[in-house]
Amino acid sequence: MKLRSLLPGAVLVLLFFSAALVSYLWTPFDVTLIDIKSRFQSSSAVHWLGTDHYGRDMLSMLMVGARTSIAVAIVAVGIGMLVGVPLGLAAAANRGRFLDEFIMRGNDLVFAFPALLIAIMITAVYGAGALNAIIAIGIFNIPVFARLSRGAALSLWKRDFILAARAAGKGASRISVEHILPNIMNLLIVQGTIQFSLGILAEAGLSFVGLGAQPPIPSWGRMLADSQTLIMTEPQLALYPGLAILLTVLGLNLLGDGLRDWLDPRLRRER
Amino acid sequence: MKTINISRALVLALFVAGSAHAAKTDVTLGMQLEPPNLDPTGGAAAAIDEVVYANIFEGLTRFGPDGSVMPALAKTWTISEDGLTYTFELQEGVTFHDNSTFDADDVKFSIDRAMAEDSTNAQKQLFANIESVENVDGAAVIKLKTADGNLLFNLAWGDAVMVAPESVETLATAPIGTGPFIFKNWVQGSQIELEKNPAYWGEEIALEKATFKFISEPTAAFAAMMAGDLDAFPNYPAPENLAQLEADPRFAVVLGSTEGETILSTNNKQPPLDNVLVRQAIAHAIDRSAIIEGAMYGYGTPIGSHFAPHNPAYVDLTGNSAYDPEKSKALLKEAGMEDGFTTTLKLPPPAYARRGGEIIAAQLRAVGISVEISNLEWAQWLEQVFKGKDFGLTIVSHTEPMDIGIYAKPDYYFQYDNPTLQGLMVDYNAETDTAKRTEILQQAQKIISEDYVNGYLFQLAKTGVASSKLKGLWENSPTQANDLTGVYWED
Amino acid sequence: MLHYLIKRTLILLATLIVASLVVFVTIEVVPGDPASYMLGLNAQEDTVAALRAELGLDKSRVARYFSWVGGLVTGDFGTSYTYRTPVADMVADRMWVSLPLAIYALLLSTLIAFPAGVYAASRRGGTTDTVVMALTQLGVAIPNFWFAMLLVLLFAINLGWFSAGGFPGWDAGVFQALKSLTLPAIALALPQASILTRVMRSSLLDVLNEDYMRTARAKGLTRRQALWKHALRNAMVPVLTIIGLQFSFLLAGAIIIENVFYLPGLGRLIFQSIASRDLIVVESVVMLLVLAVVLVTFLVDLAYAWVDPRLRGAR
Repeated sequence: MKLRSLLPGAVLVLLFFSAALVSYLWTPFDVTLIDIKSRFQSSSAVHWLGTDHYGRDMLSMLMVGARTSIAVAIVAVGIGMLVGVPLGLAAAANRGRFLDEFIMRGNDLVFAFPALLIAIMITAVYGAGALNAIIAIGIFNIPVFARLSRGAALSLWKRDFILAARAAGKGASRISVEHILPNIMNLLIVQGTIQFSLGILAEAGLSFVGLGAQPPIPSWGRMLADSQTLIMTEPQLALYPGLAILLTVLGLNLLGDGLRDWLDPRLRRER
Repeated sequence: MKTINISRALVLALFVAGSAHAAKTDVTLGMQLEPPNLDPTGGAAAAIDEVVYANIFEGLTRFGPDGSVMPALAKTWTISEDGLTYTFELQEGVTFHDNSTFDADDVKFSIDRAMAEDSTNAQKQLFANIESVENVDGAAVIKLKTADGNLLFNLAWGDAVMVAPESVETLATAPIGTGPFIFKNWVQGSQIELEKNPAYWGEEIALEKATFKFISEPTAAFAAMMAGDLDAFPNYPAPENLAQLEADPRFAVVLGSTEGETILSTNNKQPPLDNVLVRQAIAHAIDRSAIIEGAMYGYGTPIGSHFAPHNPAYVDLTGNSAYDPEKSKALLKEAGMEDGFTTTLKLPPPAYARRGGEIIAAQLRAVGISVEISNLEWAQWLEQVFKGKDFGLTIVSHTEPMDIGIYAKPDYYFQYDNPTLQGLMVDYNAETDTAKRTEILQQAQKIISEDYVNGYLFQLAKTGVASSKLKGLWENSPTQANDLTGVYWED
Repeated sequence: MLHYLIKRTLILLATLIVASLVVFVTIEVVPGDPASYMLGLNAQEDTVAALRAELGLDKSRVARYFSWVGGLVTGDFGTSYTYRTPVADMVADRMWVSLPLAIYALLLSTLIAFPAGVYAASRRGGTTDTVVMALTQLGVAIPNFWFAMLLVLLFAINLGWFSAGGFPGWDAGVFQALKSLTLPAIALALPQASILTRVMRSSLLDVLNEDYMRTARAKGLTRRQALWKHALRNAMVPVLTIIGLQFSFLLAGAIIIENVFYLPGLGRLIFQSIASRDLIVVESVVMLLVLAVVLVTFLVDLAYAWVDPRLRGAR
């Protein structure tokens, strides 16, 4: 059961990560070159996946698009973790007290705003762009990690080894960093993978409605949006970016499931 | 749906068989944008005029399908010797849709309201030269501050239509005009229905009912045409689908002209764009044919100045800015910019701007100019570009008819300040001789072309799709309107 | 319980007040003036000023905040700048699209997820289970707007069974209206159904492992009888929670799908209103959606506390 999802997940994720990384060094064609005369070519030995409505090579577009999606999602989840985990640990360390209540109510407040709405509002104020997409997605990851780490930390605070550490005179923040954090790391990695896949979907959605990375930077969501009016005549332009998103997200989810089973079989039951 | 398709097929078969069949008297038109309200005298949205102009509301004069100014509610007019007093004889027996009569007092009311201090008329400048409006023995007498050859033209705008004091409060949601159609119903977010005005003063119209459906997504517009939900889409939004529609015998694709000069507007005060050599370099870096093909799928006429090619005074100046990247690079070098520079390109929502912008950015990059694209909503564009003048380049289609005069306004958003041209436009407004007016216009076209004020791209085409049996829709778009008075179904 | 109820209600109100402040402040700093947007390129300064005065935009921000919040409480949402109609009417109109769509999608999702989840759980580890789980993996991973495009391509353009978008209004008949909501509802429901199936299955499996289930089996009930009689009811709590959360998500999260199918719903209203800087509409609709989410969370919390009294102290 473990290998069944871990292996295909890892393979898919590796495939898109390496496509993104390679695109920094090399792509089959330059995606900034527009050549109207060679638009809408079908797959050939030269253009493996054909060309788009500006005559750009689809394979190269997908490779560079992978890097946009992955970069936005990774940074956004990173923000969520870096802010959310300390908040959650602090809340757990001060459980039942004002700080805990304050942090958790703040969490509820963020959760009360539908994610896409916040993204739209942010981009309405500061303009559309990859950076604002990162901020919007990042904000929504904060309460996820805060809640998760608080919940996990709370159960740890009752355990004997923590009580021993307290008896040894260690402060709450030191205990949180030295004892709690390492013990919830597996959980965070698994959740991080899942959030990463949600981040890819969110980035695609934002770019689809024009609020993500701006041209000429290719992104999967915008490629889909551009293909919308051409879907009758050139359906392949809508097919490839959608498949890329689907497979990346699928890969990350499988990887997350696999990691969960592998890192901590007990977590399987708890979820 | 199946059954409907079958019945449609049957109907078609009957037509083909030549069976006698009464002509249809209703029409359903597609529009991309829904009007925010229906008061043409209180908002700039083109979609308002596209529903109400000539259908619900009429002015003293009106635009004909070819853009000429024709009489409407004013039957005839006389102009005094000094050109300062216009006396309009009004049509008789005209009533508003609420049965109140239309007379010269309504003319006075409508124009006074548009000119008033607290007026919210989007084209208030049209009335700036009017001194007063009076009812003199049933005729409307307009006195001007200075002699002005543009009054009849100005009064034909949708913003100058006649309204009645009784119904003015509710124009936005329940428009009352004098036109051949009465407003019936508005399902917000979906459609507006009009029906025939039985008491119309003018020639009787053929249609009993007209429906405007609002479909903003091009994919959905295509599907709606194909499914027969629409009889026509006068400004079809996706040129990439026109070839398919044209291939279908049920439809006719009608190509016409608009007043929309689509330009790469340039901030003439922002370095290095204030240097004419740099602007010329940009002009030669742009391949218009690639833009027209790539952004508009071939629909559009190249222009070399800010002037509509179908206008009799047009001069072809596209040669001034022929595509020549080598020359462009040389010009940049001459301007001391051989290493290129970076500027902004701020794009409003229409496809011509978004797609054209991506192509232009790539073309400019090829000569070493790097361009940062930002896509803006119209409200942001107005704030940042039009009012704030915080931009390097932008792409926009100037759709007002005969608007070369904007080049004589130094504080207009592209900030072109040339006293020679400004003097020329003053002469133009005072000149009444047609030949001399043409000469001045041609001179003005040349000046702004040779100064490379903006990158002149193409004249927006009107790409209409209609059922092949529907006749009488405007082919061109001299003003934003869907005039249905002459529309009928061919048997 | 009463103490808990009061405390939760106070928190609910505080959240709403803070949220209204956040919404107002965020939206008020949005650059772009509704009046100059409405009047276009040729408008004169004094015309814009006149329109601003007419719309009440010349008043101070504090005054506008209080009149807005005061209006919200009394059900008066103000008047839209661009449409010049009461915001409450517009929202009500759009609600008649968004709400049925959310319910439709939720029904579809539940109708798929219940049998699929139960079936998979009752055949744990079997081929059916594996296939169902694999399908849910796909369902979770598919971007719903892309799925929507594929639906349009197949069912609207190629087969012509549905229209590619738009909403004829309920006046056109319930059948026509529901038909136009079908493709969007399917696009929305698929990912939700996948999530729900997984929750359903794992929550059933958890219950099946509980001691009382073993007792029930020992008392002679067949596995299937035990499943239907005991497990299903006990597994419902997490499932209903997810359904509640999905409902508020569907109400607010349909924005992109409404765009693909150009449905005149709440999400599209927000998009259009932001583009035209119809700020009062944006503020009111966002607040309404926040209210929906907060209320659902509140009810879910209450339900939990009712089912499991231990939770009352914990949160």
